[in-house]
Amino acid sequence: MTSDTAYTPRIRSVGLDGVLVTFGDTATDASNRAAIAFRSAVDAQGWDIIAESSSTLVSAFFRIDLAEHRFDDISHRLHDVLATQDWNAATLPAGRTLWTIPATFGGDRAPQLAEAAEAAGLSEADALRDLTSTRLRVLTLGFAPGQPYLGTLDKTWNIPRQKELTPNVPAGALVAAVRQICLFAKDTPTGWRHVGQSAFKCFRPRGDTPFPLAPGDEVQFADISAKELAQIEAKVNDGSGGALQEVLE
Amino acid sequence: MTALHVHQVGPGVAVQDLGRTGYLAKGLTRGGAADRLAVFEGAALLRQPAHLAVLEMVGTGGTFEATEDIRIALTGAEMTAQIDGATAAWNASHKLTKGSLLSIGPTRTGTYGYLHVGGGFAAEVMLGSRATHQSCGLGDLVAAGDRLPVGQDKSDEVGLTLPSDTRFGGGTVRIVPSMQTDAFADDTRARFEQTIFRRDPRANRQGIRMDSDGEGFSTPKALGIVSEVIVPGDIQITGDGTPFVLMAESQTTGGYPRIGTVLPCDLPRVAQAPAGAALQFQFVTLDEGAAIEARARAAWDALPKSATPLVRDPASIQDLLSYQLVGGAVSATDTPLDKG
Repeated sequence: MTSDTAYTPRIRSVGLDGVLVTFGDTATDASNRAAIAFRSAVDAQGWDIIAESSSTLVSAFFRIDLAEHRFDDISHRLHDVLATQDWNAATLPAGRTLWTIPATFGGDRAPQLAEAAEAAGLSEADALRDLTSTRLRVLTLGFAPGQPYLGTLDKTWNIPRQKELTPNVPAGALVAAVRQICLFAKDTPTGWRHVGQSAFKCFRPRGDTPFPLAPGDEVQFADISAKELAQIEAKVNDGSGGALQEVLE
Repeated sequence: MTALHVHQVGPGVAVQDLGRTGYLAKGLTRGGAADRLAVFEGAALLRQPAHLAVLEMVGTGGTFEATEDIRIALTGAEMTAQIDGATAAWNASHKLTKGSLLSIGPTRTGTYGYLHVGGGFAAEVMLGSRATHQSCGLGDLVAAGDRLPVGQDKSDEVGLTLPSDTRFGGGTVRIVPSMQTDAFADDTRARFEQTIFRRDPRANRQGIRMDSDGEGFSTPKALGIVSEVIVPGDIQITGDGTPFVLMAESQTTGGYPRIGTVLPCDLPRVAQAPAGAALQFQFVTLDEGAAIEARARAAWDALPKSATPLVRDPASIQDLLSYQLVGGAVSATDTPLDKG
């Protein structure tokens, strides 16, 4: 894996739709932190030319109308912000949310825990310990609305996607690959392995908070039994799946 | 409330508008009408703002009845259209009286046709927009029996038309270099510009596949790149070297390299190219692209000035037909004279 300490951030135009600032050419934890911190810092400056912003695994994106605003001028402004600090060492913004999400691991509801553990060279018990003791961060949201890619698990979890797709893994599933956990927003065919199952809804289009998660939020999974999950599914109807949230200072 | 009662409808008809913005960070793409220019044209014909919702129709339209007198406009890909059996000109605005039947049939040329109503369709606003985004669970396709609510209309002017446009049969599409253009070899980019592509029938609101006979356009440099932001018009090259132009409902990020990005003002030409139509991509610099786009936008904003009376007597079907013969877009495979 390339060391991103040597990577010079790149500023590129994306069509005429905006400007991308990239902090690494591989998906490392440091480059993701840099992207989230940089986006937050630029957003805090309140530039009126920015219509909205987002962050991906390694980049911050600023949607700016390049038919109206010159890319070179924007690039200079962004360079000035880049120069203010070492973004790979930046602290993450305050006010993020820590989520504790109940999930059941293995068994009928998450049948690939054993298989994933084997691929990671772990016992099932050790795999369960890793998945429920690692504080994960929302690296980015995408593929489906509100759907988080969570990282970063220990390097032993750098397990490949399986070659054959599992035809239909349900919404609320925790699936594992490449040191990440994805929490499915909807039923999805996937090559990632189904290791856990929650009742957490990532996209609640009719609720007050349609997208509960934000990039930079932290997630901790709490192990519950399949029976407890069934009780949550029967009784909790606000989409939260019994998750708790607290604000990180 | 005034409504449009749907008697019968094709399989690809949905309410759209200019889409929902502000949710990229949450993984929700803009969506909205595939041919944004058609939305502006309909607004110009009805003398109303372009943010009002419209019906997008793919392949065929349907049969509709208004519960009160309303105004309509027809834009985008030309489809056969009749009001109570009399031909209604495309690219024009009309009165649809209470109880009259509007029948919109198969596409003659192009891909996406649009039905606009005075006051816009008053579908439920979800996340700031009325655009249907089926795969995300936002709205549904229109079904027979639906009553589509129509908003308050502030005008009664009808019988306007716009000059016909050439975007319905393919052609040259301008693109700007984008974030991964440099990852493609010079000769690959040159060959990409020289190639005449055919729009593949495999196309939807997410993306449109481009066919060509020669070798593909893959780049070894971009294998294993990190998934990155997608904007509408991005041309991604899949692993086997096939280009896909990403459209309104593409995902917000993707792992295939982008060779360039179609200018927003040329994206309607890509959207409207029928299956098999020839398309060619031409690089312009970012500065040139910005200037072209700015001029196009000014032209879109000036469309209301171009809307002129359709005929001296809008009730005269003969005149409507004569307009159609002169101004209608003509497809190579389909003679407008044979139909309607």
